[in-house]
Amino acid sequence: MDQTAQKTRRMLAFTDEPWFSAVLPLIFLFVAMSLASPKTFLTTSNIMNILRQGSIYAIMAVGMTFPIITGGIDLSQGSVLAVVAIVTGVVIKDTGSIFLAVTAGIAVGASVGLLNGVVISYVKIPAFIMTLGTMRAMRGVALLITKGSPIDIKLPSFRFIGTESLFGIPILVYLVVAVALVGQFILSQTSTGRYIFSLGSNEEAARISGVKIEQNRIKAYLISGVCVAVAAILYISRLGSAQPIAGDGYELEAVAATVIGGTSIMGGEGSALGSIIGAVVVALIKNGMVLLQVSTYWQSIIIGLVIVISVTVDVVRKHWASLRVS
Amino acid sequence: MKGGDVILRFERVSKTFPGVKALEDVTFDIHRGEVHVLLGENGAGKSTLIKILTGVFKADSGRILLDAKEIRPENILQSRKMGIGTVFQENSLVPHLTVAENVFLSRELKNSFNTIDWKRTYQECERWIGGMGIAIDPRVRVKALSVAEQQIVEIVKILSQEPSLIILDEPTSALSENEIDNLFSIVNKLKGEKGITFVYISHRMEEIKHIGDRASVLRDGRYIGQLPDLKAAHLDDIINMIVGRPLNEKFPKRSVQVGEAAFEVKNLSVLKTIYDVSFQVKSGEVLGLAGLVGSGRTSVAKAIIGVLRRESGEVFLDGKKVNIDSPNDAIKHGIAYLPEDRKREGLLLQKPVRENITLPQLHKFRKFGVLSKRMEKHAAHGLKKTLSIKTPSIERLVKFLSGGNQQKVVFAKWLCAKTKVYIFDEPTRGIDVGSKSEIYKIINDLAGEGAAIVVISSELPEILGVCDRIVVMCDGRVTGEMSRNDATQENIMKYAIGGA
Repeated sequence: MDQTAQKTRRMLAFTDEPWFSAVLPLIFLFVAMSLASPKTFLTTSNIMNILRQGSIYAIMAVGMTFPIITGGIDLSQGSVLAVVAIVTGVVIKDTGSIFLAVTAGIAVGASVGLLNGVVISYVKIPAFIMTLGTMRAMRGVALLITKGSPIDIKLPSFRFIGTESLFGIPILVYLVVAVALVGQFILSQTSTGRYIFSLGSNEEAARISGVKIEQNRIKAYLISGVCVAVAAILYISRLGSAQPIAGDGYELEAVAATVIGGTSIMGGEGSALGSIIGAVVVALIKNGMVLLQVSTYWQSIIIGLVIVISVTVDVVRKHWASLRVS
Repeated sequence: MKGGDVILRFERVSKTFPGVKALEDVTFDIHRGEVHVLLGENGAGKSTLIKILTGVFKADSGRILLDAKEIRPENILQSRKMGIGTVFQENSLVPHLTVAENVFLSRELKNSFNTIDWKRTYQECERWIGGMGIAIDPRVRVKALSVAEQQIVEIVKILSQEPSLIILDEPTSALSENEIDNLFSIVNKLKGEKGITFVYISHRMEEIKHIGDRASVLRDGRYIGQLPDLKAAHLDDIINMIVGRPLNEKFPKRSVQVGEAAFEVKNLSVLKTIYDVSFQVKSGEVLGLAGLVGSGRTSVAKAIIGVLRRESGEVFLDGKKVNIDSPNDAIKHGIAYLPEDRKREGLLLQKPVRENITLPQLHKFRKFGVLSKRMEKHAAHGLKKTLSIKTPSIERLVKFLSGGNQQKVVFAKWLCAKTKVYIFDEPTRGIDVGSKSEIYKIINDLAGEGAAIVVISSELPEILGVCDRIVVMCDGRVTGEMSRNDATQENIMKYAIGGA
C-alpha cells in the first residue's frame, strides 16, 4: 500500500468506530430539517430546546449503554426515573435541602440498580425479565408514594440547573457532556470498563481469564441506576414537578438512542459517546416532527425506521470490514 | 447378504484446509450390510471424511461412489435424500418438542387441509419405535427422556427416512453398559433384517470388536489399511495400526533440571464426573494427562481452577495448601488454565489481540487506576515477537487470525500473566504442524524457566513427545501412571480404555 492510501485510511479510521453509524442519520436529519423548516428549526432557541429535551434521554442512554454492553438490558429506567423524581421532590419539600434531596435520589437509583444487578448475577434471572419486574414494581411505588398526584417543586435555587443557561448554552448540556465523559472514561480507560466489555463479548472466556463476572455485571446495572437518578433530578429541576407517571416509556427511548449510537444489543461492543449522539438523533426527530406538525403517530414510525436503518448500516459496515480484512 | 457387494466407495479423496492436509488420496470400500468401523486418532481425518460424505465439506479431489454412481451432496439434506442417514455425536433433537414431532420434523405428515395429521404422525412414529423392540411414548417431550432414549429417538428419526446407510458417530459416548447392549442389538437387527449398512466411529476398542465386522484405519489423513475380520483381530494389532506413526523430530529435545514438587492435587472429586484424582508436578516438569475424550481430564482442570464445584480435594502449591474457588483465585495463586476450546472459552473474538493478551492480569496495566494503553501495547508487542504471532497489528480483531495464531494469542495471555503452574488443555487442537512444533517449544521454554506444567492431550504422540511423566485417566479415575521412558502408545491406550 502506498503512503497516501495509508494516510487516508488512518484518517478515515474513525469510520470504523461503533458510534459512526449514528453520525449519518444525525447529519441527514439535521440537513433535512434545516431545509424543511429553515425559519424555526435553525434558531438558537430551538437548538437549545432540542438539547434540553435530549439531555434527559442522553444521560439515561449513557447508563443504558453499560447493561447493554454486558449483553443485558435495563427496562426499569423509566419507572426508576419517576421514583427518584418523587423521592427527591418530597425531600426538597420537607427539608428544603438540595444536598439531602440529591443524595436521597441517587441512593434510590443506585439501590434499584444494585438490586437488578445482584438478582441478575446471582439468581441468574434474564436481565429482560428482572428489569421488567422492577419496571412494573417501581411504577407502583411511584403511584403509592404520591397517591397518584404530582409533587410541585418551586425552590428557585433547585430549578436553576434545569432552566438556566451558561454562556448561552443550557446548564443541562454541560452536565450531559460531563456524564458522557465520565461514562466513556469508565468504558475505555478503566479495568472495570474492559471487564464489562469482556463479559459481554464472551462470558466463559472472561471467567476463565479471571474476570469477576458477577461483580462487574452488578456494576453495570449500578451505573445505569445512578445515571437514571441523575437524569431524574435534572428532569424535575427542568419541569418543576414530579409526576408518578414521569418517564413512562423513556427506557425504550434510551435503548433506541444506545442502539442508534452503535452499541450492539448482543453485547461486547458500544460507547457512551455513541449513545449521546443517538439521543440527539432521537431528540431531533421528536423536535422535527413537532415543527413540521407531523402527528405523534408518525414520530413513532420514524424512530422505528431510524433504529432499523442505523443498525442495518452497522451490520453492513461490519460485513464490509470483515471482507476487507480476510 | 452376500459379501463383497460394494455399497460405498471412496476413491482418491483429498481435502486440504489452510495449513493442514486433512485427507490425502483416501481410497476404500464399504460393503453392503456390514458394520464398518472407521478407526483413527483424533485428527486422523475420520470426521472430515464423514463431513464430505454428508455434504458439509467438499472434497478437493477424488470421488465418492454410492451404488457405483458418483454422488456430490451439497448438504446434509441432499445426502439424506441419497439414502445416507447420519446420527451425529451432538444431539440434534429439539428438546421442547415431542418424540413424534422430532422424528417428523421438516417432513410433517399432512392431512387434506394441509395441517398436521397428528393421528398418523403418532401411529407412524409408534410403528418405527415398536420396530426397534422398545417402548417410548411418541407423545412425550424429548427433554423428559434419558440420554440413551434420546439417542434411540435420534436413530428412529434417521431410520424413518429409510436410508440404506447409517453413520453412527461415537453413539455410545453418553450411554451406560445396558444401553449400549440395547443399541447393539438394534444395530444387529437392522443389519440382519433390512440389510442396512453402518459406518461406525468410536474410540472404544472393546466395543468396536464387539459390534464391528470390518474396519478401515486412517492416520494423518491417509488410508492405512483394512482389518477384514475385526472380531478375530488382536487388540494390540489394532492399536498398532491406529497409532503406529514413527515419532520424528517434531518434538524439540530438551534437558530440564526437574526440581521440587511445585503443584499437587489430592483426592479431587467432582460429583458424577471425577473420582479421587491425585497427582503432583515438580517445577520444570511436564506432566501429561492422557485418556480418551470424556475421561474427565478437562473436568480435573476445571475443578482445580474453581469452575467446577469440588466435592472434595485439595490443591497444594510449593507444599502449601491453597483455596481456589474461582479462576480469579487460581490466577492470583499463579495457576493458568488454557481451555481446550479457544473460541468458546479462550478468546474474545470480537476484541483486538492486545485486549485479549492483557485480560487475565489487567490490573498490572494501570497507572493511578487508569488503564495504560502504552503499557498494554508494549507487553503485547513483546509477546507477539516472542511467540511470532502472525498479525499485521496487535489491534487486529482476534477473529481474523488463523487458528494457529489464535492459539498463540491464548498462550500469550497466560505468558503475560507469568504464572508458575500451567494447565494446557489440548494445546495444539486444530492447528497445523508448523504451529504445533512452535507451541511445543513454548511449553519446553516454560518448563526450562521452572514452571510446573500439565498437558492434557488426546494425541498420544504429543503426550509422548512433550511430557516427562504421564498420568492416564479413564471414566473419571486415574488408571495408570508412568514415566516417559516406560510409556508407549500401546500401554497408554490400554490404561485409557480401562484395562490394566
